[in-house]
Amino acid sequence: MMKSKTDEEDYWNSSKFKLKESKQAVNSIRRLVEEDDEDDVEKVSWSGEPVGSISWSVRETAASNQRTDRDPTFPKINANTPSVGKSNSGYSLSSLFKGKPKGGNFLSFTESLGSDSPVRLFAPELRKPKSEYKDYVSDWSPEETIKRMQQGKAVSLEKFRSLQDKLLLLDFAVSAHDGNVITAVTVLFRELESRQTALRHLIQYLSETDEQKLLLELLRALGRTEDAALLQYKEHLSIADENKRRDFLKSCLSLPFSAEDSAHVQNHFTLLERQIVIERGGKVEIFQKFPRRASILNMPLITTLYYCCFYHYTEPEGTYSSPLNIRQTFKISEKQYFVTALAARAKLKAWLDVDALFTSRNWLGFTRKKSPLSFQRVVDILQKNLAPTQVLQDYVALVDDAELRIGLAQKHKCHDIVINTYRDLRDRQLLLGYRGKVERGSAEERKIDELLNNPVRRWRGHLCHRRRVT
Amino acid sequence: MAHSGRRDSPELPDFSLLKRLARDQLIYLLEQQHEVDKLYKVEYKPVFSTSDQLCFLIRPRIQAVKWIYVANADKAAGKFRRYKIIFTPQKFYACEAVLEEQGIFGDVTTDEWAFYLLPLDDDIISLELPEFFRDNFLAGDQRWVRTAGSALHLLHSLYGPFSKIYGIGRCSKMAYESWREQVEEGEQRSRQAEIGKVFLIDRDVDFVTPLCSQVVYEGLVDDIFRIKCGCVEFGPDVTSSDKGIKVMLNSQDKVFHEIRNEHFSNVFGFLSQKARNLQAAYDKRRGMDIKQMKTFVSEELKGLKQEHRLLSLHIGASESIMKKKTKQDFQELLKTEHSLLEGFEIRECFSFIEEHINRQVSMIESLRLLCLLSITENGESSLFKCCVKNSYGVDHLLTFANLRQLGLLVEQQPGETLTVMESKVGKLVNDKTAGKLTDAFSSLAKKSNFRALSRKLNLVPKSDEEYDLRVPRDMAYIFSGAYIPLSCKLVEQVLERDGWTGLEEVTRLLNGHEFSVTGKTTNSSAKNDGQRIILVMFLGGCTFSEISALRFLGRERGYKFIIVTTAITNSSRLMEALLENRV
Repeated sequence: MMKSKTDEEDYWNSSKFKLKESKQAVNSIRRLVEEDDEDDVEKVSWSGEPVGSISWSVRETAASNQRTDRDPTFPKINANTPSVGKSNSGYSLSSLFKGKPKGGNFLSFTESLGSDSPVRLFAPELRKPKSEYKDYVSDWSPEETIKRMQQGKAVSLEKFRSLQDKLLLLDFAVSAHDGNVITAVTVLFRELESRQTALRHLIQYLSETDEQKLLLELLRALGRTEDAALLQYKEHLSIADENKRRDFLKSCLSLPFSAEDSAHVQNHFTLLERQIVIERGGKVEIFQKFPRRASILNMPLITTLYYCCFYHYTEPEGTYSSPLNIRQTFKISEKQYFVTALAARAKLKAWLDVDALFTSRNWLGFTRKKSPLSFQRVVDILQKNLAPTQVLQDYVALVDDAELRIGLAQKHKCHDIVINTYRDLRDRQLLLGYRGKVERGSAEERKIDELLNNPVRRWRGHLCHRRRVT
Repeated sequence: MAHSGRRDSPELPDFSLLKRLARDQLIYLLEQQHEVDKLYKVEYKPVFSTSDQLCFLIRPRIQAVKWIYVANADKAAGKFRRYKIIFTPQKFYACEAVLEEQGIFGDVTTDEWAFYLLPLDDDIISLELPEFFRDNFLAGDQRWVRTAGSALHLLHSLYGPFSKIYGIGRCSKMAYESWREQVEEGEQRSRQAEIGKVFLIDRDVDFVTPLCSQVVYEGLVDDIFRIKCGCVEFGPDVTSSDKGIKVMLNSQDKVFHEIRNEHFSNVFGFLSQKARNLQAAYDKRRGMDIKQMKTFVSEELKGLKQEHRLLSLHIGASESIMKKKTKQDFQELLKTEHSLLEGFEIRECFSFIEEHINRQVSMIESLRLLCLLSITENGESSLFKCCVKNSYGVDHLLTFANLRQLGLLVEQQPGETLTVMESKVGKLVNDKTAGKLTDAFSSLAKKSNFRALSRKLNLVPKSDEEYDLRVPRDMAYIFSGAYIPLSCKLVEQVLERDGWTGLEEVTRLLNGHEFSVTGKTTNSSAKNDGQRIILVMFLGGCTFSEISALRFLGRERGYKFIIVTTAITNSSRLMEALLENRV
């Protein structure tokens, strides 16, 4: 008498299947009926109302929830990445112009409805969107589910339990391009290694909600170890205590960074370690003369170098805070070192130190001034630090380009240079003109007068000189 | 100035409707809430209020929702209050998920304020979503795609129907699709179109333009003073009094209206002319009898005073701009940018940028120049990366990871580093030749898409010709005649060709994703004025310079452009959005 278990299951399954079939059949009938209803509803819609009223705008949001099966006015285009499973109707030229004229008829009718029509009061009731009726059925396809989610309506996801169903739903979400829905579905299911778009949304969600641990696990599982390393390294930013931060950076050293980043992280650790030592060190008298504005902790390397050039310039190379030691340890380029030291010493108005920076001896023992950056720049840095004219003119004189040199000399009132340059150009007119710019009765004026009155000096013809001011 | 352009320019639609709509809806929402007596800025701290119900109006961001959770400390204190969160422009599932996680889902009711579009001016509409750029292009999060589609839908239903839509970029495509679906879901009305055509463009199609320094007045004001929501705050240095002033900058300001699109070099001349005219108008008073004086006071004086006030404001702003720009060697900075765009004297650019970094001049500026170098020269040398980290902190390796991901910074492969080869050559010949050689090398050694695009579209006018900035001959005037913005050039070309035909090579260089679709014409009015009103939507932000360029194009071709953007951007905002050296 007893049926075997499998039989029974078969029976149930098949009948369940039949049930489903019939349900679907009923549903489809229902749908037909509704569509008729819908048309009626459409006719009494109230789009004739003056645009701009409160109720209009509210209704407008409701209306966007409406779904009608009219022909598309605009063609679909394929905005998808090819990995999406759903076959999207490709964008072709022929699809551009498809579509039959429909839907224009009753619109004029609705528009003719006056805004004061009493129908209006009942309109919200009548306008229950078609899909709302389906709440009683609760059997939406993945596509419909996504659509409803986009419109912010209630959905039931109970149906999507098998991996296959979940992924199907996910694919529909992705192909709708709605990040909001993608995130929602993704967060619910989290089965998406192969779905790049969905994956990006999950990653963004996890980082926004500060689920650091989960995110790291995910990135590692995906083989994105470098990203994971960077993410982990980023955590140091939220550690305020410098010793804890240093220890944390130390723990980061073994993370799988790219070779280049790995060197940078190593530098970061060494720098902080160094800064902690410098910070602890004694404060010599210069600190009283020029009190610091901030601690050196967590400052960039160049700032640290500047600090050491400022406060620890003369220390022997063996000490941690010596600028030369820092230069060595971090392999700072000549230019970068030079600019920083120059700025720091100029700030202190230690002009002898500035001078020493440039001086090099050639093999005959003569000194000459050399600089890894243009003298024009040097002048710029010096004058920004309010160097006196006597100091400035030494460097203005070293600018190669005559035009540039005159320009700088005029700007910074290095009269000697201007006068000498004009003298060398044998330009009497310019010199005469410049006489008006120097102070009356000054040494410069006398010098110009001497030059102008010198009968031996030969000047260039007046017509051929060119005057160019930069 | 204030070019009148072609006579037959169509009239712009009235966008004040958008404001009214949004306002009405908000009032409706708030009224539902009964009297809202006080608005609080949402911050990370509890709200103290005696009211037994609180209402928060926020962007749908998880961070903001978490703040509200903090604000909601009442629950622990055993106090009962009603809460409502109004998300604008829409709510996201992720935000609700957070509420649920925090266990306050049931205590809070949520609502949406569908405020999509803020008209900043007669022809500028902003979604005011600066985060769109980072979310979409860096994180690949498409949460705002439907928002963009809805915004377009709103414009379509109020000012449409659109007859033609062009676009380029992945996000543009998706926004188009989202819009199309919403059109299908909603109802369609057939009426005379006020906006005929639409052009959608992704910001990542053209990064070069927003990376350049702006030299058109409105752009400069934005670069220096930062215009927020069409408003700018001028400090005491501008007003030459002891306090600053907040002013609206739009076409209502008659003086601003005339100079906003002008190259900065013209602005002073214009302002002084204007000042002379004003003086003359004031001087008319002299020798007036009582009656004439009466009419003068009642009819003219107010206008003159108003103009006087505006004039001194913009003169003050211009002076302040001049002061700031001379301080930072603006001339040299511009020269570097122009050399990069042209591809000449790259060696000088290298040393300028290197020095810029070494001297720890503004980090944002340094990063911007590096990105410009990388895009125009197709890769920067990793030497700079080291300099940047030395000067501004190692944390920036996180920023670099972002820039790399967006393609803003590409590191050259060591083998093909140009500088090595170039410096060898450079020692042999003088600089000018070296510059030209560099160009020759770069075209040989690497495939620089920007160079190719620039050649294809003639983005860089020939430099040997004099460019009169007072009488601009093309859109390049917005960059002192050095470069026609790529984004605007695309708009021009596509409108001219009514599609992308003939631009196949260009779209290939831009990674494709272009489209051009025609709508079913609902009525025969395809020839009306609306067809010459073109809506250009920038997904990820646009700059004031681009807007100026499009206005110029409109005047030349008899179009009117309406710019819809997710936000107004500039080089600093672009860079700041990608910084990662903070928690």
